Amino acid sequence: MNSYLNTKRPPAFCAGCGHEQIAHALDKAFAGMKLKSSKIVIVSDIGCSGLFDVFFNTHAMHGLHGRALTYATGLKMARPELIVIVTMGDGGLGIGGAHILAACRRNLDLTLLVLNNFNFGMTGGQFSSTTPADVKVASGFLNLLEHPMDICQVACSAGATYAARCSAYEAGLPNKIESGIRHSGFSLIDIWGICPGRYTRKSGLTPGQIHDSLEKLPPVSGVIKSNNRKEYGRHYREMADRQKPATPPVQVRTRFKSSQSGRQEIVILGGAGQRVITAGEIICYAGLTAGLQATQKNEYNITVLRGPSVSEIILSANPIGFLGITKPDVMIAIHQEGVKHRQALFRNLEQTTLLIQADDVDVPENAANRIVIHFDTQKIKPPDRALAAISVLAKLGKVIDSQMLQAALKLKFKDKILEASLQVAHKIQMT
Amino acid sequence: MPLYFMDGNEAIAWGAVSAGCRFFAGYPITPATTIYAAMLKLLPPLGGVCLQGEDEIASIGFCLGASMAGMKVMTATSGPGISLCSEQISFAIGSEIPVVIIDVQRLGPSTGSATRGADGDIQFLRWGSSGGLPVIVLAPSNVEDCFSLTRQAFNLAEEFRCPVFIASNKDIAMTRESVDLELSGKFEAKNRPRATRGKPFLPFHARSGSLVPDFLPIGDRTLVRQTSSTHGPDGYITTDPEIIQETRDRLQTKLTSSIQRYTFFETFIEEGSETLILTYGITARAAREVFDEQKEKGNPVSLLILKTLWPIPEVLIRKTAEPFKKIVVVEMNMGQYVGEIQRILPKKSITFVGQMDGNLITPEKIKSGVTGE
Repeated sequence: MNSYLNTKRPPAFCAGCGHEQIAHALDKAFAGMKLKSSKIVIVSDIGCSGLFDVFFNTHAMHGLHGRALTYATGLKMARPELIVIVTMGDGGLGIGGAHILAACRRNLDLTLLVLNNFNFGMTGGQFSSTTPADVKVASGFLNLLEHPMDICQVACSAGATYAARCSAYEAGLPNKIESGIRHSGFSLIDIWGICPGRYTRKSGLTPGQIHDSLEKLPPVSGVIKSNNRKEYGRHYREMADRQKPATPPVQVRTRFKSSQSGRQEIVILGGAGQRVITAGEIICYAGLTAGLQATQKNEYNITVLRGPSVSEIILSANPIGFLGITKPDVMIAIHQEGVKHRQALFRNLEQTTLLIQADDVDVPENAANRIVIHFDTQKIKPPDRALAAISVLAKLGKVIDSQMLQAALKLKFKDKILEASLQVAHKIQMT
Repeated sequence: MPLYFMDGNEAIAWGAVSAGCRFFAGYPITPATTIYAAMLKLLPPLGGVCLQGEDEIASIGFCLGASMAGMKVMTATSGPGISLCSEQISFAIGSEIPVVIIDVQRLGPSTGSATRGADGDIQFLRWGSSGGLPVIVLAPSNVEDCFSLTRQAFNLAEEFRCPVFIASNKDIAMTRESVDLELSGKFEAKNRPRATRGKPFLPFHARSGSLVPDFLPIGDRTLVRQTSSTHGPDGYITTDPEIIQETRDRLQTKLTSSIQRYTFFETFIEEGSETLILTYGITARAAREVFDEQKEKGNPVSLLILKTLWPIPEVLIRKTAEPFKKIVVVEMNMGQYVGEIQRILPKKSITFVGQMDGNLITPEKIKSGVTGE
């Protein structure tokens, strides 16, 4: 029978180590499937399970502790035709817990062999996430305080479509591994074995005892029907095929001449739900239609449905350097929350500053030239306030004018929303 | 030219795609999330892969796997996430896996402020991985840089087989600005040098005359080994001190010996000025205003904006600083790169202007550093 073992670097585990059995079983599984070496990649974790990639004539990737599944995921998504085998110990299970759960949930076609020998063999036999509480290992009394994890139960709960629990010493191991590989989706095989170098020096364990313990547990032996679903990679490609190409960002051509010179700073102090950011974007588009440079810096709460929403806009005929605003040319105050957020700014306002203020919003003392707008009386709803306020600017010919605004609205909106926004821009009155 | 209106994060995504990136994995984190959002719109229709990892460790791990399969890959995160990536970054350095890593810096330490900017990771990007071998770090000042430096980052990652960082900042990443870009413009995307098939393949052997090993992807007809362990040219563990030292020398020299080829910067030199402002990132914009203003006032200063931060472009810095009496280093942190400048220019008078309060450093603050008032 064909062997995939590396004759130059034969398996070299401690005598009696379960890993040796598993290496040979994996080799037999490959042979049984008549796989091409170059179609297999072994991704090995850290610890003695991390030696696996060396012993095989296959592609190999050996990385960091607990992270083998992360590389395997990238490899399989990039090259779906590869058979990806991950070897990981019970140590990797613990430190890479999040990746195990995610792999079970994701159901990408990887095969994870858990080389479960109930301790950290390579570092001296400390307890792992599967060490029984009542045995003696190299962690003093600490393992007595923790409960071992049944990775198969965990996998079932996490949505694995395939899990199996078995002994490194059973004759049918190659077949079990082969079934796992053949399963289209994530498969986890929890293989119990002995670590003669560490574990059995302090606590006795024999293949017979492993057999007996496994017998006592409810069998987990392959496909988990209740979790059955599509394999992630194929599913991903199916969905990806249906995605429309991304729309390129809007490009704005200069169509008008701006009457403004120099740098104009506009600050909109609003609240969540007032479409402040959109209004800011529209001012920028408007500026772009007149050949101006534009920047927009926004601030809002992580709770996007409440709290302040602030947009800082700079328009300039020249390249814009510093993005901060200390002395705005226009200040739009349409929500108390926004005003509260930038209270200090009001001190800097000068007589040349235009302040557009909602009648129901109070602002700190300031020197600005003020226009008060009664949004409610004019039946302008909160989501239209910011748009209505910048429309006042256009009507005044301050920073932007009406044709710039209309062009900007046409760049931003279509159909009904465009109509509605043009209406708001038209109907807003300054008194 | 019609102008685009986009933020730094969008520009990074478009830059990546135009450089040939077809694999992205990330974990949502402000202020980097919109890179992931943009890649999710861009990649799947192009036949590419965009994944959300269970954490940042997984996200960069996916990238390393896909890169070893031959794809051009990118991840994007911020302070807390880049901290988690550390072990994977050292894997990419030591095992020569090309990957572009975007760090949209936010105000730290720790969780810090998700929506406030800072340049607090500048030393972390260089030294925040075990082993201490060099990486490439590029720092954009505006949206255009985000686009063009990201494209450069992919070429450098391919050419040198190493992680390349973009040290962005919340205030570039999430500020939209008008920008003149050729989204599909003239740019020659480079690919990692491929090994010739048929010859025995040594995955970590650098041909004579080259400091970078030729690449074959995992999954190729020729078997490929990749390992995070200390390895020889054949990709197997080695304990031979000579091979080990040789490899470390090569990993170091492959980047430091060619720094001049990828030293990106801008200079604004005024005759008769005695002070050179040295800065990078978003702060360069305020510094540029100081430059313009001082020139107009007839009291000029000069300005050096670094866009390659690591490896340090020492030759450029020495040469540019040479005629100046005073160097003012401005950073949006408590003083990180200034230490390097003090080391490189021991005889110069060096003033540091820094700030880490979530606000941008103002031109006024820089001016006070220049005038000493």
